[in-house]
Amino acid sequence: MSIRITKLSVLLLSAALCLPAAAEAQENGQFIPVVSYRTGPYAPNGIPWADGIVDYLELVNQRDGGINGVKILYEECETGYATDRGVECYERLKNKGPTGAAFINPLSTGITFALTEKTLVDKIPLITAGFGRSESRDGSVFPWNFPLIGTYWTAADVAIQHIAKELGGTDKLNGRKIVLLYHDSPFGKEPMPVLEVLAKKHGFQLTMIPVTSPGVEQKSQWLQIRQLRPDYVVMWGWGVMNPTAIQEAANVNFPRDKMIGFWFAGAEPDVVPAGAQAVGYKALMLQHGAGRARVHDDLDKYVYGKGLGKAKPADTGGVLFNRGMVGVMLGIEGIRTAMAKYGNKPMTGEQVRWGIEHLALDEKRIKELGFEGMISPVKISCADHEGTRTSRIQQWDGKSWNIISDWYTADEAMLAPLLKEAAARYAKEKGITPRDCSKES
Amino acid sequence: MFYREAGHFKDNYRADMATFPIREDRIGIITLLLIALVAIPLVHLAGIPPFAGDYFFNAILIPFLILAMAAIGLNLLAGYCGQISLGAGAFMGVGAYAAYNIAIRIPEMPLVLTFLLAGAVSALAGLAFGFPSLRIKGLYLAVATLAAQFFLDWAFLRMAWITNYSPSGSVSAPPLVFAGWHADTPVERYLVVLVFTIVVAWGASNLVRGNLGRQWMAIRDMDIAAEIIGIRPIQSKLTAFAISSFVLGLAGALWAFANLRSWEPYAFSIDRSFQLLFIVIIGGLGSIIGCFLGAAFILLLPLIVDAVPRWLSIPVPAGAGSNITLVVFGALILLTLIFEPHGLARIWGIAKHKLRRWPFPY
Repeated sequence: MSIRITKLSVLLLSAALCLPAAAEAQENGQFIPVVSYRTGPYAPNGIPWADGIVDYLELVNQRDGGINGVKILYEECETGYATDRGVECYERLKNKGPTGAAFINPLSTGITFALTEKTLVDKIPLITAGFGRSESRDGSVFPWNFPLIGTYWTAADVAIQHIAKELGGTDKLNGRKIVLLYHDSPFGKEPMPVLEVLAKKHGFQLTMIPVTSPGVEQKSQWLQIRQLRPDYVVMWGWGVMNPTAIQEAANVNFPRDKMIGFWFAGAEPDVVPAGAQAVGYKALMLQHGAGRARVHDDLDKYVYGKGLGKAKPADTGGVLFNRGMVGVMLGIEGIRTAMAKYGNKPMTGEQVRWGIEHLALDEKRIKELGFEGMISPVKISCADHEGTRTSRIQQWDGKSWNIISDWYTADEAMLAPLLKEAAARYAKEKGITPRDCSKES
Repeated sequence: MFYREAGHFKDNYRADMATFPIREDRIGIITLLLIALVAIPLVHLAGIPPFAGDYFFNAILIPFLILAMAAIGLNLLAGYCGQISLGAGAFMGVGAYAAYNIAIRIPEMPLVLTFLLAGAVSALAGLAFGFPSLRIKGLYLAVATLAAQFFLDWAFLRMAWITNYSPSGSVSAPPLVFAGWHADTPVERYLVVLVFTIVVAWGASNLVRGNLGRQWMAIRDMDIAAEIIGIRPIQSKLTAFAISSFVLGLAGALWAFANLRSWEPYAFSIDRSFQLLFIVIIGGLGSIIGCFLGAAFILLLPLIVDAVPRWLSIPVPAGAGSNITLVVFGALILLTLIFEPHGLARIWGIAKHKLRRWPFPY
């Protein structure tokens, strides 16, 4: 009897030991980690974003059989928006697959900051489409960081440009009062240097009011805004801070059409909870907005048609879902660019870095990919890891987002010296010798 | 049977007062130290999983050791002196930012000295916020330390010089160099953290057995009685605050320099304070080994709960998986506290007791 039990337990134990090994038996393919958050304070925003990423990866596998025939392997890891969980996810996933992680794409400025140092050592590109450190646009100092299709500094400049246009010209900005209501964290503080420069240049009075994370308590901030009577409120918020701010604005009777959220304050979870009070609220667009393009039809056919989709089919046109898709699409096109040079096999992080740095998407290619109308042409280079500095403004009408402006382009003459200075400061602090971009091929 | 004191005769006070008076404990701790200091790095070099890659070091061992060290710091104050503090995370932050400022403003300073000075700065902050403890007790003191947490959080975000005028308020640590030795790889950083943790744990376990530790425990158990038998509450409470904050500051500096490398103020937010308090309570108030057990519990349990379905190859949707993790983690904390309110250290103590009386435990 006891021998049998011993035998049985040995069998079970060996089975248990074998299972993880069997599960980790590696398929050939390109591994892409998905570091996301579906729980925690920012889950309402994190869920559609993660759905967009996973669905697009599945689409590439189902429709094209992978990237140029190389199947995409992916694994999702939950961070709950906590930096240390994010770092743990990164450490766990970075060496998976035959060539390790192709790139990492966390939707959290905190995790981005923590990974900036680590990706450099592990040679994995860090894609932060629309967020992250603004000065990391300078690829000569930040070779591994890619703040693709828009940085916070671009956003800050475009927001002021739009205000100037609504007022009837940049000369009308003089003497106006603009409030920056920001999430009190590095992410919320990012736009400050640019807004300060612009305030000096155009002569408007800039007041910066912090909101403590997560931002459910904003009574005193809005009292201050009511006393100040600003012409505009520019809002740099994320998650629950945004609908709360809109509700508080309604409470103090601040017109919602004088509020401009930046692009992470301009999705459905930011306005829907505020109900009718959000009507008229405006926000920047990170290239794309809500709505469907040809890629969504492909999603319906190849992913949702086979029952592989993560979201509700009706939600696939949402702003954050689209953002997840666009971000990971850029990474995949970077891999494709790398494959053109190194051959159709799984790429290493270093090869992918080369690929993203040489990524160029023109109108034609964007149309082929099915993203027509969602992004403007992108061209990445060693000196410019952003690729495009354009944005539009959208307005919420209670049911959907409507685009109300033309494309704005950020003022490069104003941003370039600021970026150069910030990147040089970082390089000096970290003892980095910047690459010479003219010598990069 | 394997673990028995019979036959151990001590013929001098020195042996009687040793940190580990039982020979089996001594052998155990030396084995453990050898494993941690020698075997783990060797196994890593040999490339044997799970120690082969960086994951085990970066994601588990380094955070575990630093959190255990920070928990020792908090335990000195909360567990031994009975002063509940909700500001532990902030004092870690003071240490981290102090080390950062010293390191970038005086680059010539040896890093060990920088860390010690950072601990000293944190100790001063602890002293300043410890003064209310002379007047208020219990929950009211917890609220006062909560004020310390919020004030320091505010300072890290608002006082620009603390972050060296970084526009976004996030900073990154200078390289970890000790007398020309670059601790760059995860194993090297692990060894650095390990040495600091061993020194702190050894120092703390001696401290609490000595004069000061006994004063703290007397204050904890009944402050009026302690005062009557001649213990000065001012002195002992303030030393508890200072030494606790020193250890927390040192842990914070290591958390910043050896673990995160670049960080934003939220790394030391109220969540960190709660995490440390949970470690101390689950591990066991007033126990050094409890700090290690608690840190392992809090850090590893979510990872294990998360990993089990993966090992068993059960496909769980990512969203559901993370929610299950939260539910199981919460339930396990509740069960631990219901069945063993004195924490994991008590379970450890019971196990030891039974082993000593084996085969006839009672």
